[in-house]
Amino acid sequence: MSALLVALAAAPAVAGTALLVVGRRVERSAAAVGVGTGSVVLILAVAAALLRPSARAPFVAGGDLALSVDALAAVVLPAVAAVALAVLVFSATGVRQHRVRFFGFLLLFEAAVVVTVTATNLVTLLLAWELMGATSYALIGLSWREPARVDGGRTAFLVTRAADLGLYVAAGAALAGTGSFELAGLPMADGVWLDVAAAGLVVAALGKAAQLPFSFWLSRAMEGPSPVSALLHSAAMVAMGGYLLLRVEPLLAASGWAGPVVAWAGALTAVAMGLVALAQTDLKQLLAASTAAQLGFVVLAAGSGAVAAGTMHLVAHAAVKSLLFLVAGAWLTAYGTKDLRELGGALRATPVAGWCFVVGTLALAGLPPLSLWVTKDEVLAGVDSTGLAAAGLLGAALSALYAGKALFLVLRPAPTAAQRPVLRLPLPERGALVVLAVGAAGLGALGLPAVAEPLRSALGEAPSPGPVELAVSGLVAAGSLALARRRPLAPFPVPQIAQRWLDLEALVALLVVRPVGRLATLLARFDDGVLDPAVRGLARGVVRTATGLARADSGVVDSGVRTTTVGTVILARRTARFDLGGIDGAVRAVTAGSRSLGRFARRPQTGQLHTYYAQAAALLAGAVLLLLLVR
Amino acid sequence: MLSVVVFLPLLAALVLLAVPVLPGRAALAVWVTVAAVELALLTGMWLAADLGAGVTDGLDYEQRVPWIPGVGSSYHVGVDGLSLPLLLMTAGVFLAAGIYSLAEDKRPREYSALFLFLLSMSLGVFASLDLLVFFVFFDLSIVGMYFVIAGWGHAGAARAALQFFLYTFLGSLAMLVAFLGLYVAAGTFDMVELARNPPLESKPVAAGFVLLALSIGLAVKTPTVPFHTWLPPAHTDAPAAGSAVLAAVLLKMGTYGFVRIAMPILPEAWRRYALVFVVVGVVSILYGALVALAQDDLKRMIAYTSVNHMGYVLLGLGAAGVLSGGDAEQARAVAVTGAMMQMVSHGLITAALFLLAGVLYERGHSYDMRRYGGLAGPMPRFAALFAVGAFASLGIPGFTGFLAEFQIFAGSLATVPVAAALGIVGILLTAALFLAALQRVFAGPAGELTERIGGVPTVRAGGKAVKTGLRPKLRVDVNPRELAAVAPLLLLALVLGLVPRPLLDLIEPAARTVTELVS
Repeated sequence: MSALLVALAAAPAVAGTALLVVGRRVERSAAAVGVGTGSVVLILAVAAALLRPSARAPFVAGGDLALSVDALAAVVLPAVAAVALAVLVFSATGVRQHRVRFFGFLLLFEAAVVVTVTATNLVTLLLAWELMGATSYALIGLSWREPARVDGGRTAFLVTRAADLGLYVAAGAALAGTGSFELAGLPMADGVWLDVAAAGLVVAALGKAAQLPFSFWLSRAMEGPSPVSALLHSAAMVAMGGYLLLRVEPLLAASGWAGPVVAWAGALTAVAMGLVALAQTDLKQLLAASTAAQLGFVVLAAGSGAVAAGTMHLVAHAAVKSLLFLVAGAWLTAYGTKDLRELGGALRATPVAGWCFVVGTLALAGLPPLSLWVTKDEVLAGVDSTGLAAAGLLGAALSALYAGKALFLVLRPAPTAAQRPVLRLPLPERGALVVLAVGAAGLGALGLPAVAEPLRSALGEAPSPGPVELAVSGLVAAGSLALARRRPLAPFPVPQIAQRWLDLEALVALLVVRPVGRLATLLARFDDGVLDPAVRGLARGVVRTATGLARADSGVVDSGVRTTTVGTVILARRTARFDLGGIDGAVRAVTAGSRSLGRFARRPQTGQLHTYYAQAAALLAGAVLLLLLVR
Repeated sequence: MLSVVVFLPLLAALVLLAVPVLPGRAALAVWVTVAAVELALLTGMWLAADLGAGVTDGLDYEQRVPWIPGVGSSYHVGVDGLSLPLLLMTAGVFLAAGIYSLAEDKRPREYSALFLFLLSMSLGVFASLDLLVFFVFFDLSIVGMYFVIAGWGHAGAARAALQFFLYTFLGSLAMLVAFLGLYVAAGTFDMVELARNPPLESKPVAAGFVLLALSIGLAVKTPTVPFHTWLPPAHTDAPAAGSAVLAAVLLKMGTYGFVRIAMPILPEAWRRYALVFVVVGVVSILYGALVALAQDDLKRMIAYTSVNHMGYVLLGLGAAGVLSGGDAEQARAVAVTGAMMQMVSHGLITAALFLLAGVLYERGHSYDMRRYGGLAGPMPRFAALFAVGAFASLGIPGFTGFLAEFQIFAGSLATVPVAAALGIVGILLTAALFLAALQRVFAGPAGELTERIGGVPTVRAGGKAVKTGLRPKLRVDVNPRELAAVAPLLLLALVLGLVPRPLLDLIEPAARTVTELVS
């Protein structure tokens, strides 16, 4: 049983590493390795979901390398593996540059996700968690010649790592409060450690999930290739932030305060990032903001204790959003733009991809009977405060508006001058899109009682939406879509700041990045200009004093290097009454040896070695003082 | 057996000096061979070792020969879980440095002899169980490194070497003062006996002064803020192999002194002043990382990250001395384990980074990051190796650095939560500085020196770009010798980062003993 789980994590890790090590020589077969491994992972993931294996290997004190598939992982694991395979298949023809690194890092990323999903303790989790960040850095900066892309990867990595520090704190709190790193033991932690652990985990999860105030890194991450966004910034990495909160929901509940904080963070993000999405004209930026907003619903669910609902929304959103990112990537490749205002006619010119895009945007809008309509209502049904529910409903309306914006802008006819050539995607790409579109449309089935009931009983009971709620949210979606159709570019005026992602990055630059940079420069100048000269000056002073003292005390020392040595030894003998012969001999040998070597090295400092002996005299005087003190 | 391991390189060094006809290549091959033999011997000793709790009991390969009976000093050596990992790391780093130096053409015979001498002294430091023996090895290693920097360094080497020499020698004298204090109090220089019956338990003032003198000596060597200013110039001007050994091995003598001498022999004083070490550790972490962030010189930057990394060690060791109300013994032992692991980890990873800095210098004759850029084009393998080294150093999981830092933070949060939380910020700063360095050197458009290294089309003849001076990639990129020196270090950091049990099984009992001794 455990071999299955080990293979599940090891297969993509080994294949990805092998690709990266062998390098460009296997540029041609990289895609085959990627798709092959992705298929194996999907099969193993389904098997793991059915068999629920566990694996464990000794690691550090307090935490083994421990993986286990429980009810939550059993739902998420196959979903992520399926999306990953779809992305890999699409990329086999869709990605034409840096293929070895693309597939290598993507597989490595998949391995990290598998471990993140199945980790049962904080060491294992942190291991995979930060590995996701590192592979994301490499994938965003794939085209390293373009500074903006590497910069985007760096921003994404640093912001998420800043949040990851919370996991380190949580691990320390776990060790202090429970004596181990096990996630399951956290709700039983002693006193304040429980709160510290909860706070650390919440910060780390909100950072990865691109929730407020961390959201801006996701905007910069759009510098990466679209297939990377399709996996990392929809189904897997960002989603893992929400997943972590779902996993530690008992801890959030036990703390008392963390649940509401998390719920509000999710609800506010759903609204704020919904506005940001609505203000975008760049398709990928719109989708990115929408990812943060949709993850807001997952986070809201985790904070409200509706684990089953959050899981459903996470899975359905993964299919929807990766589909949309892949189509955006195909259009970017074909038409050289991702600006929605220039993509008119794109939908009609790409028959299959176009229909898939329609399905994806309508699902994102929450239109019945598509997937997100159901799962979002599941989330909202689990919310127990009126304010949260209202914010959630507002977020839902915004989803429909921005999804409608994307849909109706690309539905517009092409500008007459630029008649779009009909684009026929290769069969594998079309296949991947259709599979994801079926998922985007049909995953609402998760809300059917036959599926939802077992899920709820395994993940924690929560109320399910009634017919009225479903009808209301369907009407909200339809109404918002109608509004978007009338005025697709801007259904209502959105503040400029939303277009700039609420100026979060500028704010962080102003409050953190620039002050830290200035402090670093200042300290470096202090180090070179003050501390180093001070030490040198001090040394010079000590040498001068010591030399002076040694000269004055002519009874013991007359002059020169050798006599200083002898003098210090005599001094030491007299006062400490023991034999320093060993050191004396060693020092003599060194002196002789260094002299000859020094002459050989033809270096000019031979005459300066006496400074050392002068210092030796001063220090041995200190030794005498100390000896007297100790006695 | 242990003495053979310690003195074999010295013997080889003497032979090298005695046989002047030996060609340079052969002399360098002797270095590599001896280091390989040492590594093999030490590995064999590790596999066959019968180790107990360590420090006070259950040491192995012990040997004790009276040396200066009048003062109760004997040539006493042995290994336990504290020393064996560092002995192994030392042999490994010297082997890598030797392979890297195989092409050295400046007085290769003397170079090889000097490094073999340094290897003996370094192994001697970690193997010795007598304070005077420790001191002799400690000081002679400084002498050896002085000549490496002065004789084979870059332009400003003479001045940097002298500063290094005076500063660390002065530090070692402060340490000697402390040793004498311990001797006067206990009548012996034997570390095992001193740890079994810690002297000065009833004389807190004297113990405080002895710890002060000892700590100043060790802090200079480690180095911690504010005693670190000798480090950047020494590194900048040292040859690559010298830098690797200096950072990987010589710095560890300082941190090793804390865990081997200061903590077990002065437990009372360590507990009393533990917070001082915690504060110094955190300051070193943040100060080192921030100053590194502002550097334009790649080698200086790596040097300052050493200050940062050694700060983690001190944080972990200091936290182990803080007794909180609750029962945090397990957490404190985890912190000590992490600190020990960090010593090994930093040795492997930083040695690799310094050797890679040497690779860069050989191509571009500069460490100035502003003059490179886009170097991943002509040197893809170098870029990959450096990126791996950088990520390993910034503590990415999978490598030893992550486990070391994770254990230090997780362990110290229980006793010194605020300091640990501040220290954790260090890993964000190191991430920022390494990513900035990667971006400046390797990404973006080709810089001035990159063009010179890679050779770019410069002359236009008849409207067509003619590639002048274009060198084949194989000759520009990392060559097999350099790869053989660097890759094993990083690979070992990866393997031990994923399968840490063998190393931790070695460290943990000794770390527990140290923790109990300071409890």
